[in-house]
Amino acid sequence: MTIPADTKQKPTARFQVLRLIARNKLALAAVIFLTLVVLCAIFGPWLMGNLVDKPNFRARNMAPFSLAQGWAYVLGADTLGRSLLARLIVGAQNTLGIALFAVFFSMLIGGFLGLIAGYSRGALSNVILRVADIVMSFPSLLLALIVLFSLGPSVSNLVIVLAVTRIPIYLRTTRAEVLEVRERMFVSAAMALGAGHMRIVFRHIAPIVLPTLVTIGAIDFATVVLAESSLSFLGLGIQAPEFTWGAMVATGRGYLANAWWIAFWPGLAILLTTLSLNILSNWWRTYADPQQRWRIELARSKKGIPEKRT
Amino acid sequence: MTAPHLPSAHLLEVKDLTVDFLSLGGAFRATNGVSFHVDAGETLVILGESGSGKSVSASAIMGLIDTPPGEICSGTITYRGKKLDDCGVEERRDLNGRKIAMIFQDPLSHLNPVYTIGWQLAEVFSAHGVATGAEARAKAIDILARVGIPEPEKRIDQYPHQFSGGQRQRIMIGMAIALHPEILIADEPTTALDVSVQAQILDLLKKLQAEDGLAIIMITHDLEVAASMADRVIVMNSGRIVEEGHARAVFENPQHSYTKTLINALPHADDTGGTGRRSTTDVGKPILEVKSLNKYYGLSSGFFAKNTQLHAVKDLSFTVAKGETVGIVGESGSGKSTVARVLLRLNDVSSGEALFHGRDIFKMDTRELLGFRRKVQMVFQDPYSSMNPRMTIFDIVSEPWRIHKDILEKSGWRDRVTELLGLVGLRPEHADRYPHQFSGGQRQRIAIARALACDPELIVCDEAVSALDVSVQVQVIDLLAQLRDRLGLAYIFITHDLPIVRHFADRIIVMKNGGIVEHAKTEEIFRNPQHAYTRQLMNATPRPKWEAASAPLPA
Repeated sequence: MTIPADTKQKPTARFQVLRLIARNKLALAAVIFLTLVVLCAIFGPWLMGNLVDKPNFRARNMAPFSLAQGWAYVLGADTLGRSLLARLIVGAQNTLGIALFAVFFSMLIGGFLGLIAGYSRGALSNVILRVADIVMSFPSLLLALIVLFSLGPSVSNLVIVLAVTRIPIYLRTTRAEVLEVRERMFVSAAMALGAGHMRIVFRHIAPIVLPTLVTIGAIDFATVVLAESSLSFLGLGIQAPEFTWGAMVATGRGYLANAWWIAFWPGLAILLTTLSLNILSNWWRTYADPQQRWRIELARSKKGIPEKRT
Repeated sequence: MTAPHLPSAHLLEVKDLTVDFLSLGGAFRATNGVSFHVDAGETLVILGESGSGKSVSASAIMGLIDTPPGEICSGTITYRGKKLDDCGVEERRDLNGRKIAMIFQDPLSHLNPVYTIGWQLAEVFSAHGVATGAEARAKAIDILARVGIPEPEKRIDQYPHQFSGGQRQRIMIGMAIALHPEILIADEPTTALDVSVQAQILDLLKKLQAEDGLAIIMITHDLEVAASMADRVIVMNSGRIVEEGHARAVFENPQHSYTKTLINALPHADDTGGTGRRSTTDVGKPILEVKSLNKYYGLSSGFFAKNTQLHAVKDLSFTVAKGETVGIVGESGSGKSTVARVLLRLNDVSSGEALFHGRDIFKMDTRELLGFRRKVQMVFQDPYSSMNPRMTIFDIVSEPWRIHKDILEKSGWRDRVTELLGLVGLRPEHADRYPHQFSGGQRQRIAIARALACDPELIVCDEAVSALDVSVQVQVIDLLAQLRDRLGLAYIFITHDLPIVRHFADRIIVMKNGGIVEHAKTEEIFRNPQHAYTRQLMNATPRPKWEAASAPLPA
């Protein structure tokens, strides 16, 4: 795609991306937050040790912003007196793991099938579309319930179920874009050069469709996190003692009236993560489009080589 | 025709206009201290090649420059003594359309395809609060009649795609003149049209000017169009005015070296001597034999109409030999582009055969087809869309080597790309840029570089130079001729412009409605055209205004 093509020729280009991100305050904040979350996901369990499931009955339903029980309890504690801060940090791993894998696989499979369905005009395209229609017309939560009930709840099954229910969104979008892009002149030009179908689909069409998919993926991230939490709530998602942010929201729901913080902090974490992903995907979409990139590049700097314009 | 001068000021005056476009690279100066004026009833032609800043100058008058990236650094625009820069947005918007109107190059993309023509014309009236409802409709019909659309009462309820290119441009002109503006800015109004249609549009503009006393600012790169329209001319190059004066003086006695180059680049219709760009070597044995090629397009038109078929190419036969150039000339809709697409197997053929080195192209399997596509290349009509906007020039030019792996080692790509770019007159550092950063002419050169990358035997050029400036056209054709003589290439050169192929093609095929109307050696066609249609094509070139004195226009 475009960015690798650039970095290959200019080793400084990679740093240029960082410099450009640093120029946009919002994008910078998003990057910092996401880095923090990822670090939590990787090192969290190791850092927090058994603080996560150690009940502390003196801290039951403890209100946040108090240091009476030490730093670990600054965000308050849940009904069993477990540190919310520690649970948030450790919960990042399962949450991000499940959501990222689910989004990634649904994007990959949906995008791939969409490319095939849009590019080939034959029966295959119809088969793919009808299957997608069936998945789409079936209530996704019901589908997830049935599958998880029969296969048994586990993290990998959860990822599969969440991915499958989201595939049609990517598939439909990809197909619609491919139908338009394939009629463009540069596709004919590539064909006239002798380019095979694989090259046309992956080198010429896919890079143009990809930014749309990434944007949808970033929005979909929140949907997947919440879908996972509702499955967990029904007892078919993640199983205790494992937990996710979604599961934390679900359990805290019953205490909203007297201990709002139990549901609030994980909810805020989901919101901020999704928001950051959105900001970043939006920024990247602009950056990845050579015709739009000037909007980012122009933001502050006004020096360098003049360009010829049409 | 002399313009009635206002005693003190001109109708519209632009003074010292400097516009910058900002980019990562810094400011690119699009126009630099440009000043001009126009009076009622007068035609000012801004002549220049792409990138010369002519469109920017006109867009500044309409306030159409996007800021950023554009930045108007200095300059004042005065309309009837009133500075436009001081006007508010509302006032300016009201002035646009009512007093100053603009028509654009591509009439299809400037008409909304989902509304009828009548709706869009009526909108002009309602937007400016002149008329609504039945009154607006009546006015719209009047306008259609005025710009020469037959049966306006019936056609007013049709959609843009139901009109031909020329008619769409007439409708655009109609919208522009609907509110009787005083100034009409025409940005390349005929570039997208066939020669014979172009002549009609230019006549229409002249007629409207005579009737309304319009001041026309016409932007064009086409010298013949400029000569046929202009009272005064300004010639722009790299954002500066290099020459200005009365049309006849500029054309017959150009002062600046740039203007001289431009005028010398013109293929003169009365020039009989030059055969310089035709192939010098003896043509070898045929490499491509096309035999009774037919192509139908199915036009299904709803439930009730019968399935009709468009016979796009009718029984076409010709041969191309090594080192030979065959010109296919015709207007849009003549089926000439279909021939190219069918020969490259981009579209399926209906019947007939085409033998390339004795093998039928239409019966080749995948392997053979790959070899064929290495030997036969195509340069497309539209350099704006024939390149992937997300690939760098390096990736675009080197793509043939990625596809045909045996041509060149990967280590040699960079040098060869540099060499090919040099061959078509571009610089090595251009390789890392993206297509949108180039002008149309430069993009077409890139397309030619890509076509040359796999050492083809035959290049099919579909309107390859039509989008280019005259001086660039000559350069590109010279380049093609040179490559042919050096590498023994053969060309099928498809164009609507007969004079262009005159010095380049060895044989010319004139097509109309899918069939061949004339097929002969180039000299014979020009010396003694057999068919009325060929003669019509030759005579469609616009004549200079000062020579067309037989039809004097009232001021």
